[in-house]
Formats: sequence, C-alpha cells, structure tokens
Amino acid sequence: MNTDKEKLLAELLASINQHKFSPDVAHIEIHGNEVIGKNIVDGLIVESNSFENGVNINIRVIKNIKLKNPVQFCFGLIPENGIQKLNINTVIEENASASFIASCTFPNAKNIQHLMEATIIIENGATFSYFERHIHGPEGGVTIVPVTKILVKENARFSTEFELIKGAAGVINLDYKAEVEKNAVVDMKTRIFGRLKDKIHIKESAHLKGENSVGILTSHIALKDEAITIVENEIIADAPFSRGHVDCKEIVQGNAKARAIPIVQVNDYRAHVTHEAAIGSVDKKQLETLLSRGLNEDEATDLIIQGLLK
Amino acid sequence: MNILELKNITLIKENRLILNNISMEIWDGYVHAIVGPNGAGKSTLAHTIMGLSGYRNFSGDIIFKGKSIKNLSIDERAKLGITLVFQEPARFEGLPVDKFVLAGVKEKSKNIVDKALEMVGLDPARYKNRSVDKTLSGGERKRIELASVYAMHPELVLMDEPDSGIDIDAIKFIFNIIQEFKNEGITVILVTHSPEVLKQADHAFLLCGGQLVDKGEISKMFEYFSGKCKPCNHIGNPEIEISKMRG
Repeated sequence: MNTDKEKLLAELLASINQHKFSPDVAHIEIHGNEVIGKNIVDGLIVESNSFENGVNINIRVIKNIKLKNPVQFCFGLIPENGIQKLNINTVIEENASASFIASCTFPNAKNIQHLMEATIIIENGATFSYFERHIHGPEGGVTIVPVTKILVKENARFSTEFELIKGAAGVINLDYKAEVEKNAVVDMKTRIFGRLKDKIHIKESAHLKGENSVGILTSHIALKDEAITIVENEIIADAPFSRGHVDCKEIVQGNAKARAIPIVQVNDYRAHVTHEAAIGSVDKKQLETLLSRGLNEDEATDLIIQGLLK
Repeated sequence: MNILELKNITLIKENRLILNNISMEIWDGYVHAIVGPNGAGKSTLAHTIMGLSGYRNFSGDIIFKGKSIKNLSIDERAKLGITLVFQEPARFEGLPVDKFVLAGVKEKSKNIVDKALEMVGLDPARYKNRSVDKTLSGGERKRIELASVYAMHPELVLMDEPDSGIDIDAIKFIFNIIQEFKNEGITVILVTHSPEVLKQADHAFLLCGGQLVDKGEISKMFEYFSGKCKPCNHIGNPEIEISKMRG
C-alpha cells in the first residue's frame, strides 16, 4: 500500500476511534470510491468494483457459516466536499449467521453526499444484524440517503440499528423496506440526535407476509435548535398470527419540530399490531426526579436524552 | 432543633383548598410520619416541600435550617440536601441503573452504587447495567429510587408511600434503609397510610381534609387506623367539604 493510502486509512480509522483489527476480524474500508483496506475471513465473500463517485459491493455469507466476529465496515470521506455512492447487495445464505458494523465517517464535511442503495436477502433460517453508526462533524454538511430493500425469508431474523448521535446530522432521508416471511423476525431501530438545521426523514416499513412473522420498528430521536424530523413507520400485517409494534419517541427542545406518522394495517383478523408515540418536551416526572437529586434542568435533560438514545 | 418548619401553608388548586393553614416543626435527625386518609393532602404537602411544579403557588413559608426556601427551585432545594422518593417512580428508557443511582452523588464511585443497591436488597451484578425502564417492576424501580436517594446522602428525605408496590419480602429493606437514615442523622418524613410504615417513625402528624388535626407520639395515631379520623368529622370528600365551608 502506498504511503498516501496508508495515511488516509489511518485518518479514516482514527475518526471512528478504531486503529487496528485482529487478523480474525473481517474489515473493509472505503474512502470515496476506493477500497483502501480489506481483510476477509473464511465463509465471507466480498467483491467490489469502483465507478465514478462510488463503489459496487457484493457480499455473501456462505450457507451454514456462523461468523464469529462482527464484520467491520468503514465508509467515509475525509475532505470537506464530495460524493460517496454505495451500491451494496448482501446475501446471508441458509442457516448462516453474521453481524456487520458499519461506521460512516465524515468528520470535516461541508458539502458531502453519502448515498446508499442496498438490497439484503436473508435466506431461510439465517440471522443477520446490521449496525450503522454515523460520525459527523459539528456543522452537519452531510446529506445521507440510505435506501434499503430487505427480504427476510422463512425462520430468518434481521435486526438493524441506525445511530447518529455525535455531530450534526445534516440531511437524512432513510428509507428501509422489509418483507417478512413465515416465522421470520425483523427489528429496525433508529437513534438520532438532530441539531442545528438538521432535516431528518425516517421511513421504515415492515410487510408481514408470512404466518407468525414479527416486525418491530423503533425510532428514538432527540431534537434541538432548528432541527426538523418526520418519522413515517409502517407495519402491514397480512398473515395469520403475525405481530408488529411501532414505537416512536421524540424529545423536542428549542425551536425544533417533530412529526410522527405511525401506520398500522391488519389484513387478517388473527394478526395483531400496536403502536405508541410520545413526542414533545422531556417527561415531567423524569425531570423532577432528577432535579430532586440536585441536577439542574440541563444536566437532567442530557441524562434523559442519553438514556433515550442509548 | 428543627431542620424544617412549615409556617401557615395554604395551597389552593383549581379553586379547591388542598392545604389549609398547615404549620409543622420537623425535628432534625428524627423519623416523622404524615398520616391521614386518601385526599388528606399528605402527598401534596411533600410535593410542596420539594417545590414540584403545580405546588409552588402557596401562601405561608417553608424554612429549612433557618432560611426560607419558598422561592428556590427543585434542584436548589436538592442541593441544600432535601430530596423526595416518589410514590410512583418514573421510568427512564435506556438509562442504566448505575448512572441513575449516581445522578445525585457528588463524588462518584462504583462502590457507592454497589452499596446502595445492596441496601435495598438488589444484587448489584444483576441490576446495575439494566435500564430503569418498563423491564423492571414498579417495586424494583422503587427500590432503585431509594438506592439513588441513599447514595446521595441527603439531609432530609421525603418518602411518599415508601411501601407502595413493594412485596412483603422486600419491605424489610425499606425499613432497614429508614433506620439507616436515622442512624446517620438524616431526617425522614414518611407519607403513609400504612400502620407498618408508621411504626418506623418516632413522631407523627395526622392530616385530614387538608388540615393538621393532630400530632404527637405514633401510638396516638393508631386510633386513626382503627377507623376513627380523630378528631376530624368531615363526611365524604374532605376537600369538597372544606371548599363548601369556605364558600
């Protein structure tokens, strides 16, 4: 590896507080449209090719393989401006098991677009978890558009978490759609702290098509300054004994604005779907409990938000 | 010596007289109980002393260690050493037990959490990394709230129905912690209608219809529990009765 690439890799990893991986940990680092680091383990296949402003990536976890360690991805751009487009197709084969951790880092962003189009297929009996953490600079300046289609086949499980707590979000347009087959489970969660003039649009959907399928959609969001959020989470239950729950909690401070639109639809009398939404100021009972321990209002609010976004 | 003095506290909410000219002297280092029927104003009085929102617009004065705290906020009162254990503890989604217990502690250490949880009969290894949320029962959250108050080492603890939601096996831990407060010279005010909780006190006040109707040895108050709201003769809802009397 040439010195410039090594420097870039070190800078990218330093921005996510990661410096070294042990040899049994699979990891892939992509800066802009270039794969600058990669280590693959048995049972995992990763193929990639670059195009202008982006990378196509095909990922496959082989049948019956249980990956011991989470696969670590680092996507990002160190410069202030640029575009990173990722087209990612992931297949977790039958009875395989894997978890991926993706750190998306734009520490100096002023005008960056991070665009992702993904498909995820979790074959029968497989388990897959995908955790995506964003690390942004204090000024925002990033437009994030992850669009993901997920198919969770029979007896398979899929869980995902999208986290953006440090730094300003910028613009987020997250759109995840999952189809859930018989006895399969999908659990999607977003945890975001919106600041400044962040604009956040979360759209998650779980279509429970198979008998006994389960869908859980959770959005926990804290907003301050002039941030705006719209959360549209939808569960449609078509199958007998399918169950779903939509949970949206948002703490709104300053001049921030929040809107939540939970959509629940049941097309079979044996299905059951629930939703709960709580939006607004910090809960008075929580606040007064912490005030009565001697915390001031700002300290108490911070602690409550830390918990909500944990 | 009095740690707290209530002087002619009168609180009217939504045109209803909730507290009617209550004066009390709370002796430093003792366990006091405020007893009375539902709607007597017991919890209201505790909330007024703590300065919770909705309980600040009263006439009279509250003197803590010789100084008025009437105009102080909740956290300012807490910084002086006053705290409250709520009847129904709040849920804090995602907030770990250890962080919650340490919230009011100035010099934080892991040992403080362990000791506080042990004091309320909870195994620190099992509980300190759990969240103070709906995955815990009301009784567990109540004990964790008590642990947080113990860790804070206050000077005056208001305990609103300390036994509510607590199962019979765990009640001994609540009583132990009340005695521990007393041993450490911490003043306790128990708000209760339970004879068993009253037994933990040295001295009691009887409230009825928002008025202080009796005070003294706890043995005097057991008559109330035997069916007499002595010497109160209000019928029905005491608050309404008093409102009627006041026109």
